Amino acid sequence: MKWGQPLSLTLIVFSTATRSLSTSVQLHAQVQTKSKKTLAKPGVKNIVLVEGVRTPFLLSGTTYADLMPHDLARAALQGLLHKTSLPKDAVDYIIYGTVIQEVKTSNVAREASLGAGFSDKIPSHTVTMACISSNVAMTTGVGLITAGQCDTIVAGGVEFMSDVPIRHSRKMRKTMLALNRAKTLGQRLSLIGSIRMAHLTPELPAVAEFSTAETMGHSADRLAAAFGVTRLEQDEFALRSHTLAKQAQDAGLLSDVISFKVPGRDTVAKDNGIRPSSMEQLAKLKPAFIKPHGTVTAANSSFLTDGASAVLIMSEEKALAMGYKPKAYLRPAYGTPKVLARAGLTMDDIDVFEFHEAFAGQIMANLKALDSDWFAQTYMGRKAKVGAPAMEKFNLWGGSLSLGHPFGATGCRLVTTVAHRLLKEGGQYGLVAACAAGGQGHAMVIEAYPQ
Amino acid sequence: LTHARTHVNYEVKEDVAVIRMNDPNSKVNTLSVRMQNEMIEVFDEVLANDAVQSAVLISSKPGCFIAGADINMIQACNTSEEVTKLSQEGQKMFERIEKSPKPIVAAINGSCLGGGLEFAIACQYRVATKSKKTVLGTPEVMLGLLPGAGGTQRLPKMVGIPGAFDMMLTGRNIKADKAKKMGLVHQLVDPLGPGLKSPEERTIEYLEEVAIQCARGIVHKKISLTKKKGMMQKVQDYVMGIAFVRQQIYKNVNGKVMKMSKGLYPAPLKIIESVKTGLEQGPDSGYLAEAQNFGKLAMTSESHALIGLYHGQVACKKNRFGVPERPVKNLAILGAGLMGAGIAQVTVDKGIHTVLKDTTVEGLSRGQQQVYKGLNDKIKKKAITSFERDSTLSSLTGQLDYSGFEKADMVIEAVFEDINIKHRVIKEVEAVIPPHCIFATNTSALPIKDIAAASMRPEKVIGMHYFSPVDKMQLLEIITTDKTSKDTTASAVAVGLKQGKVIIVVGDGPGFYTTRCLAPMLAEAVRVLQEGVNPKKLDALTTGFGFPVGAATLADEVGIDVAAHVAEDLGKAFGSRFGGGNVDVLKTMVERGFKGRKSGKGCYVYTPGLKSKDVNPDIDDLLEKFKLTPNPSVSSDSDVQYRLVSRFVNEAVMCLQEGILNGPVEGDIGAVFGLGFPPCLGGPFRFVDTFGADKLVEKMRRYEEVYGNHFTPCQLLLDHAKDSNKRFHK
Repeated sequence: MKWGQPLSLTLIVFSTATRSLSTSVQLHAQVQTKSKKTLAKPGVKNIVLVEGVRTPFLLSGTTYADLMPHDLARAALQGLLHKTSLPKDAVDYIIYGTVIQEVKTSNVAREASLGAGFSDKIPSHTVTMACISSNVAMTTGVGLITAGQCDTIVAGGVEFMSDVPIRHSRKMRKTMLALNRAKTLGQRLSLIGSIRMAHLTPELPAVAEFSTAETMGHSADRLAAAFGVTRLEQDEFALRSHTLAKQAQDAGLLSDVISFKVPGRDTVAKDNGIRPSSMEQLAKLKPAFIKPHGTVTAANSSFLTDGASAVLIMSEEKALAMGYKPKAYLRPAYGTPKVLARAGLTMDDIDVFEFHEAFAGQIMANLKALDSDWFAQTYMGRKAKVGAPAMEKFNLWGGSLSLGHPFGATGCRLVTTVAHRLLKEGGQYGLVAACAAGGQGHAMVIEAYPQ
Repeated sequence: LTHARTHVNYEVKEDVAVIRMNDPNSKVNTLSVRMQNEMIEVFDEVLANDAVQSAVLISSKPGCFIAGADINMIQACNTSEEVTKLSQEGQKMFERIEKSPKPIVAAINGSCLGGGLEFAIACQYRVATKSKKTVLGTPEVMLGLLPGAGGTQRLPKMVGIPGAFDMMLTGRNIKADKAKKMGLVHQLVDPLGPGLKSPEERTIEYLEEVAIQCARGIVHKKISLTKKKGMMQKVQDYVMGIAFVRQQIYKNVNGKVMKMSKGLYPAPLKIIESVKTGLEQGPDSGYLAEAQNFGKLAMTSESHALIGLYHGQVACKKNRFGVPERPVKNLAILGAGLMGAGIAQVTVDKGIHTVLKDTTVEGLSRGQQQVYKGLNDKIKKKAITSFERDSTLSSLTGQLDYSGFEKADMVIEAVFEDINIKHRVIKEVEAVIPPHCIFATNTSALPIKDIAAASMRPEKVIGMHYFSPVDKMQLLEIITTDKTSKDTTASAVAVGLKQGKVIIVVGDGPGFYTTRCLAPMLAEAVRVLQEGVNPKKLDALTTGFGFPVGAATLADEVGIDVAAHVAEDLGKAFGSRFGGGNVDVLKTMVERGFKGRKSGKGCYVYTPGLKSKDVNPDIDDLLEKFKLTPNPSVSSDSDVQYRLVSRFVNEAVMCLQEGILNGPVEGDIGAVFGLGFPPCLGGPFRFVDTFGADKLVEKMRRYEEVYGNHFTPCQLLLDHAKDSNKRFHK
């Protein structure tokens, strides 16, 4: 296994076939409504997205290679401060999401916020929920505001795949810990003498999901096969993602990206994984996980990415009082399949879709599931299908496949992108959906803030 | 002439013919006459179709490729020549497949056994799903047969001589990934989860798609059929090329088979012979030897016995009492000893919430550890993952009190075999359980009606006699009293079936069926010991007759104290007929601490970690004290064997006569699976049919003259002796 190869592996992207579907699939409205009124409810506090930023997402092992995770998170936080001119003591709570933890900075939210100059009186904690970790950071913040405990939250996510904790084997660790307790030279020598070659084999971070022992790529390939998603469809979707991302990048639409002077290296200002290719070139790749007949390749999977994101979330009152012009209302329904139903919306009411693209095969399977009556009846207890989102509204500025997917940071990117697209395209409702390892998912309706 | 094909059909997908098998009348596909005829027809059409360049062979049944040949087809034959002809027809058909100019890919999902495996290995290429249901194997040996459609000839070439012997002589099932490693299949396909169709349906489609790709790959030379040989393979091939080495292997395997089977099973020897003929004298002789040996084996009593057991086992895996009113979802077990924990072990992984209750923390911990270890051993065998172990164990609650018993649907007590304790327990339990809850008692000898006497609702009381070790022994003997309701019985059988048991349901009485048959045989064994036959010799005589465990070892395994207890109890119940050896021999042994394996000493001395065992030296003077003088006219090795067996068999027949047994099938199954009655004899009832009731009665009369009523044949046996047309099995 080579960590340096950007496209070869995707660690924790989404879960086993069955469970991951529950996420992006079960979006539905029971009440048909075409009227585009606000979703605000009397007595419920409105929560707004004021701003969202992210560092450029880079292929792991490239310019960020020598940093540590909190450095990236720090950059995102400083970018957010810079962009919002937010006073450093005006924040009530800081929450970060991450997946693969650097053991030295296990509460990466704390290390990053202190490093970014936030007051040490602002509590900060780190959450983890695979690929929707930063989504959880945001919903946790929303919860704190709703509960009346806080008014201003910074939420974000970070993932750093250029360096991951690689451990000694369990046997070696046991010996080393015993060595710590050894009192005499004799005891120490006998412990050292017990070390065998096999003890020296390191343990890599879990590539496979613990409970199912299946890798994400393998699972994605099976999922694609279960939904009859062909290699051609996957390659086409991957190409679409890269092409749209390139267009968005060239047109300057990815305004959430901040530039970041990497110590000892150049300033980075752009995502570096966007590589529109041709169908011919994509067709040449061999399957990466299920050989020889699989359909998931390095090119139609998201790549190992370094990056961090941050958003400023406030109660509407507070934002207005501080003179901010909010970008959007956040209406999260954490892990709730009926997010649309709760909002009283249908698929047709949504103007902007941003779905997390872990694998082209996975996203295509999700779309097919949404469009299948049989699936809706058999696995969702519905009478009929939800319907697939219109592709002309779907991930128009690229997605995780092309922009990159730093596991812990993707959720904030999705939300910020929806807000920006609503502003740019003049829509009213956006929908974010993402799936995560362990069969979990997250969905959120985002409503444009009246301009 | 055209007629609608019902079992085999095909569809041409561009250049690939997809041949689909589906027996409309059965859950599984078998190579019946119909299936074979239609297959040949389809094969001819595929060969004649110029548009077709290759073919895929697949089953439309989820969970079954081909489960084997049709046993009825073999049983319908009257002579070995007829069976040989069947074999030759099969050989011919598979030879055509093997030599097909258009490559055929076998796409395997589910069981691929016996004739099904022989079909698959005749194909040019094999793709299999990694489904848990996908197993490959040659189980013919377990029916006293051999792979008779080219298996003995193709397998050694495909997986090597040692691998082929291992497969054919053990008959064990091989999972997909192992099959790939062995070279039995070329490519594996993952089973799929939910999608736009049901997982089973879509997995078969996917397998077909992959197999079609393979078929095209072979035609377009992208897939090579000649596998590159690794270094090890080359070395092995070289070594196997040496005639001397092969001779050593035959000798070695032959020796092992003789040691294990005592020469009582002809099939393994014929398998070795067929393989040897093919390898040493060429394929023509090999295929001929296979067909002729197949014919011979099909006519042996051993094969009839084993096939009878197979059918019996299938019958005892059904619930003849119907569907219970409410399924058991919560089961509580009293007593976390070997038995209780063993019952928990086979219950907790079947989706039943299981409470294990004991009276002490130590006892409970030991039981919980037993369940944990049972599951953990499955991880080592890669049958389950550690995650599955953990989630299974979450259904097990260990406790010291009766909390939660108000939700129990069934309670199985496995406490000490003492009527007073059982009475106390039944009262305690009935105070806390809901009205619908069934109370099952696990006892090996106490009559259920005596236990039920303490119950307020005897219709809910039933006996469930498990055999130790519970996770290994397949049999469950369920005992009903006159008062036990039909629904209670249906529920107990349903639980037993869930636990994976083969079940016999018998009437109540001292020792029920199994213990009652065993007791006179053990009494006789004690007498044999008293007559100066030492335990090793006694074991050799019984295993030589086909018992997997010798009588002396069996007594040690069951426990000398238990044997003494049973002998005394049943002696009281049945009177002098159950006499023989002196019960005091057993009692004295118990007094001196020789309780069998569990106490380290019994007839033998057991040293932990050591497999071999020596005769307990202290037993000699003990037996000397109880010494009897043998009567030479009934003490030859053969007479000793028949003395032991005839008492067992006579008691079994008497159980049928008295209505304890429902029929001879359950009698045979109970004796073989619960007590280790020689499988090659098929059980006591088949033994009477095969051996002849008259001959058995004649022997018993001879023993009766010496020992009296211990050997008096029962009326039903006498009836059968009088009329040779009377048979227990048709």
